[in-house]
Amino acid sequence: MARARDFSVTELPGATLVSMLVFVALYAPILVLIVYSFNAGESVAVWGGLSLDWYRAAWANDQVKEATWVSLKVATGAAVLSTALATMAALGTTRRPAFRGQTFVYVMINQPLMVPEIVTAVALLLVTAAIKKATGYTGLGYLIVAHAAFCIPFAYLPIRARLEGMDLTLETAAADLYASRWQTFRRVTLPLLMPGILAGAMLAFVTSLDDVVITEFIKSPGQDTLPTYMLGQLRRAMKPDVNAISTLLLALTLVLLSAFFLLTRKRK
Amino acid sequence: MTDEVTISARNVVKAFGQGNAAVRALDDVSLDIRKGEFFTLLGPSGCGKTTLLRLIAGFEMPTEGTILLDGADITTLPPNRRPVNTVFQSYALFPHLTVAQNVAFGLQMLGRPAPEVKATTERMLALVKLEAMAGRKTSQLSGGQQQRVALARALAPQPKVLLLDEPLSALDLKLRKEMQVELKRLQTETGITFVFVTHDQEEALTMSDRIGVMSHGKLQQVGAPRDIYTRPVNRFVASFIGETNFLSGVTEGAGVRLPVGAVVPVDSPRAGTVTLAVRPEHVRIVAPGEAGAIPATVTGSVYFGTDMNYQLALADGTEIEACVVSGVTGEGALSKGEQVGLRFTPGAVQVLED
Repeated sequence: MARARDFSVTELPGATLVSMLVFVALYAPILVLIVYSFNAGESVAVWGGLSLDWYRAAWANDQVKEATWVSLKVATGAAVLSTALATMAALGTTRRPAFRGQTFVYVMINQPLMVPEIVTAVALLLVTAAIKKATGYTGLGYLIVAHAAFCIPFAYLPIRARLEGMDLTLETAAADLYASRWQTFRRVTLPLLMPGILAGAMLAFVTSLDDVVITEFIKSPGQDTLPTYMLGQLRRAMKPDVNAISTLLLALTLVLLSAFFLLTRKRK
Repeated sequence: MTDEVTISARNVVKAFGQGNAAVRALDDVSLDIRKGEFFTLLGPSGCGKTTLLRLIAGFEMPTEGTILLDGADITTLPPNRRPVNTVFQSYALFPHLTVAQNVAFGLQMLGRPAPEVKATTERMLALVKLEAMAGRKTSQLSGGQQQRVALARALAPQPKVLLLDEPLSALDLKLRKEMQVELKRLQTETGITFVFVTHDQEEALTMSDRIGVMSHGKLQQVGAPRDIYTRPVNRFVASFIGETNFLSGVTEGAGVRLPVGAVVPVDSPRAGTVTLAVRPEHVRIVAPGEAGAIPATVTGSVYFGTDMNYQLALADGTEIEACVVSGVTGEGALSKGEQVGLRFTPGAVQVLED
């Protein structure tokens, strides 16, 4: 039987060239950054030989250490908080019959992906300023809650995908085998959902780690995260230790995203 | 098996949807299932058999009617509070647990002490001959083995009733035959009441103590396999189980006169226009012109190995199928167009309700 050949974009003229150019545009700057992080010279963009000086400089810099510490605390807190909320939201939107306004609820949960970040940042600034004034609390709580707010959709999507892909008969089977609702959740739903939850937490962590705009607006004095610290350096004379820090951040992100990929890929 | 009733469904109605769009999956079904019997719900897909099973399991609530277990009303009891377990069509084994953990699940949820859970799990794995697989993940098992884990898991809490929802449909023919024997053995050994759902009439006939035939949400007939096969109450049951010839005629004395003129003697005549049902194996082919035989013409034949099926036509065009044991060398085989006479085995002709 003669079968019509499928259309393939690779047959279009210049397809290979275009895709190669796109990859160069995407990754060449990052490659340059990585190379210059091993630069021995004083300048950010003039090559002066190979060395690990800037990694040493970053390591010896107390401000960098402090900012790293703040970044990790905020990202961890935001990831835990947003994942817990996202898990509840995912359960609430999948483990029930279809309801009026379902799409609206999905949009509401995912709105931080749609609303311009600067708008969210200004709005959060207004709210946190008011709360700071009223309570006098100036800790990291604001950053954690603010980050959790925009991390929710990142955590929600993989968790919901996992829940929707789950065979509901398994929960029915658990109930048939004398498990209460809570036991069914604890012993069947949650263990099967765990890869989705971990994937969601990692995405949330990476998203929080990378945030500049909202952090810049919300942070109290002395609460620089790595990205806002680096932004601050930019205003003075930028030193190549920024390259080294960026490279390390990239490495951490790559590790987490690889873990995300392994957790969410289809089995068999 | 005793006459004691385990499951009793009383006037059960299950409607899906609202108002005029509502579909009655079960329409006033009343049924008694006896303690320790192998009861089969048989019917085509969409007949309501699985819905009835889900109502007994507690996965659905009936719209009307009650369900009793050992005389107690369990109609609104959630599934985890019913001493009833299910073997699912898809098996629904927990993929994150090992074979032994799957089997132990129900006992653990019941809060049984650990030594008892361990002992019962081992006993159940031995019962289904899977001791060697105890530590495996269920995804590492074959379809037949998964089926046996599902059985062991459902039997472990020693339910009063075991519900089986088309559990053999995913298996290939050879494995299915093996599991039929296996299921029957487990039922006899455990003495637990089995309620088995299937659309496979052969499976129903070979395994069951009694069969309930369902169609369009109604129970058509309940009885032993032999009763169902030899004395179907209506056209649906007669045609769903085995092959059947239908002949319409008018009652005349102790027989029914067919449109072609011949009178077929029947055991229990009823007045008026009736439908007769005759199994192909009860149609005997005799010499044409033999006294009392209905003249017919051979229109075709199919060779089945053990049997030979002949398609025949009466003078008015009515089609009849006859099944005869095929000879070794093809002796006595009839060819197309040949004139023959037909007789029906005495007592094998059923007069149907509709």
